[in-house]
Amino acid sequence: MSRWVSSLGLSLTIARVHLVSKPKQTIIAMLGVTFGIGMFIALIGLMTGLNDFTEEITMTSSPDIHIYNDITESRPSLLEMVNPQGLNVVHNQKPKNETAKLRGASRMLEVLRRDSRIYGVAPMITSQVFYNFGPTQLNGQIQGVEILEEDKLFDLKSKMKAGKLEDLLAFHEGIIMGSGLARKLNLAKGDRVVITTPQGFTRTLKVVGIFQIGIGAVDNVRSYANMSMVQTILQQDKSYVTDINIKLNNREMAQPIARELQANFVYKAEDWQTANATFITGNYIRNIITYAVSFTLLVVAGFGIYNILNMTIYNKMKDIAILKAMGFAGVDVRSIFMIQSLVIGLLGALLGITVGFVLSYLISKAPFNGGDVVSLDHFPVNFKLKYYITGIVFGLTTTAIAGYMPSRKAGRIDPIEILRGQ
Amino acid sequence: MTVLRTCGITKYFYDPEKFQVLKNISMEVQRGEFLSLVGKSGCGKSTLMYVLSTMDTDFEGELEIAGENLTRRSQNYLAAFRNRHIGFVFQFHYLLPEFTVLQNVMLPALKLGELSKAEIENRAIEKLQLLGMAEHARKKTNKLSGGQQQRVAIARALINNPDVLMGDEPTGNLDSHNSRIVFDIFRELTTVHKQTIIAVTHDEEFARQTDRVVEMSDGRIL
Ligand SMILES: Nc1ncnc2c1ncn2[C@@H]1O[C@H](COP(=O)(O)OP(=O)(O)OP(=O)(O)O)[C@@H](O)[C@H]1O
Ligand SMILES: [Mg+2]
Repeated sequence: MSRWVSSLGLSLTIARVHLVSKPKQTIIAMLGVTFGIGMFIALIGLMTGLNDFTEEITMTSSPDIHIYNDITESRPSLLEMVNPQGLNVVHNQKPKNETAKLRGASRMLEVLRRDSRIYGVAPMITSQVFYNFGPTQLNGQIQGVEILEEDKLFDLKSKMKAGKLEDLLAFHEGIIMGSGLARKLNLAKGDRVVITTPQGFTRTLKVVGIFQIGIGAVDNVRSYANMSMVQTILQQDKSYVTDINIKLNNREMAQPIARELQANFVYKAEDWQTANATFITGNYIRNIITYAVSFTLLVVAGFGIYNILNMTIYNKMKDIAILKAMGFAGVDVRSIFMIQSLVIGLLGALLGITVGFVLSYLISKAPFNGGDVVSLDHFPVNFKLKYYITGIVFGLTTTAIAGYMPSRKAGRIDPIEILRGQ
Repeated sequence: MTVLRTCGITKYFYDPEKFQVLKNISMEVQRGEFLSLVGKSGCGKSTLMYVLSTMDTDFEGELEIAGENLTRRSQNYLAAFRNRHIGFVFQFHYLLPEFTVLQNVMLPALKLGELSKAEIENRAIEKLQLLGMAEHARKKTNKLSGGQQQRVAIARALINNPDVLMGDEPTGNLDSHNSRIVFDIFRELTTVHKQTIIAVTHDEEFARQTDRVVEMSDGRIL
């Protein structure tokens, strides 16, 4: 054991001397690794930072399960109902003439509120409306809600830019408007806006608050109003509800629970994964690209190390021969060069994560305007320890692989061939 | 006492064509003997030395050093054996250029790992003194003359007190003055320190003054 340790110590000494006696070569090999890892840290930090940021606002502003009446869902045709055994062809079948109403919503709500897996439930009425802006009309959406229940699910309080949620309760004809929409309509808190329903009814409402969730797709079209008021302007009764939003205690359970609810209630129950499928795929692809780019950079660095080590071994052929003649075994010689490549890898990786950290920090301080799409004033960058550890592991693995083949070759050198050649 | 014994050593080269380079070589070397190996160029002296030094294992016959049979041993075993029992000096010094004289001499002992670093250093200085090189201990090896470098290489070969010191034309690259110095050192090592030495040489003068001259011709010992 001690023999083995002292032998390794000796290989370490020789490796150090080799590295130090060719500083330029060592530094260039190291910088290859540094560059690869630095880029990896900066890229992964930025990519996952953006992903997490958008995921955060998307997830907090969308329900875990959304129950609604999907009137476009294909249904069995009349022909199939009366003639179930026949060979029926119904071309270009249209939806039935029915409203988006959820029948028996109050019973559904009762059941849902008793379910222990569910954190909160909020009924809602959604309708397309036109916002009148002088002579022109802007297409948008109005949601009739119980504003405090909505707040429990989506934390609306923290999204308010002007006004208070309670003002909506106090003012029946009030409306809380998305910031993008308000800007387009040139409205501020306290102003009045005229809306037109699809059925052609108009109503003048007072803007009691302005919210900003941070996603253009919501802030530019949506307003919240009192449920009873929306029922009135749509000329519907008190039981009229079009959507039920649900937040779960454990979001990962959404898929099975949604399936269960859909089976029980017959209405469409959509989980957040399905609703945000494109977004989740996008995140996934961005992560793959980041890893692919970093991996490529590291492979290039690996080739650099491979080359330099090969060159060193070529130049040290005589030294290797004499070491073997003196009694160094193949494994001793191999470890001399393996150590060199691992030292290059470790130093390169440590410097790399430092560079990566500095780059990430600079990026996180750089001003950036998210425009209408997302409300951002600088890049969100992740500084997770996980990525720094991954970087070091990446660097060491690449250099170990790159160093292995030349080192093995060095260990196998036949001293006689070299000594005789002189 | 026999330090080295061979029995029927035979070796072939197959490239470019099958060619028997060593033919049934049997010899014995006694402790403290100073033996020179001579013969025409190409007769197989170096090849025999590589076999004796355990670096070349591709031969038939038996090889025994310090009472140990070395045929069919693993490469790792032979490396450790060389480290402890054999010192080798070449025509060229083969010192490691990045290390000092002292470090070069210490290397085989560090590899052996039986003594502390301080003890090894003391012993290295001792060996350098024996070769009159102690005052150059801290120099880089490329700051020395050819003769001085060869003396450092001899000190390095002696550091683990080997049973046999082997040399393949150890004075082949030296002028007559330096050859003389190296020869005198060898002479002193064998008489005073009972060091066994086998040296290949082309120098008749050198050979004549050794204890025994073994002549080779065409792969055979005459
Ligand atoms: N690797 C090899 N492959 C084939 N033949 C070889 C090889 N090495 C040496 N030989 C041949 O073996 C013979 C013996 O070579 P060796 O080097 O032992 O001679 P030597 O007696 O040391 O000669 P010199 O006095 O010139 O050093 C020579 O004919 C040489 O050409
Ligand atoms: Mg020769």
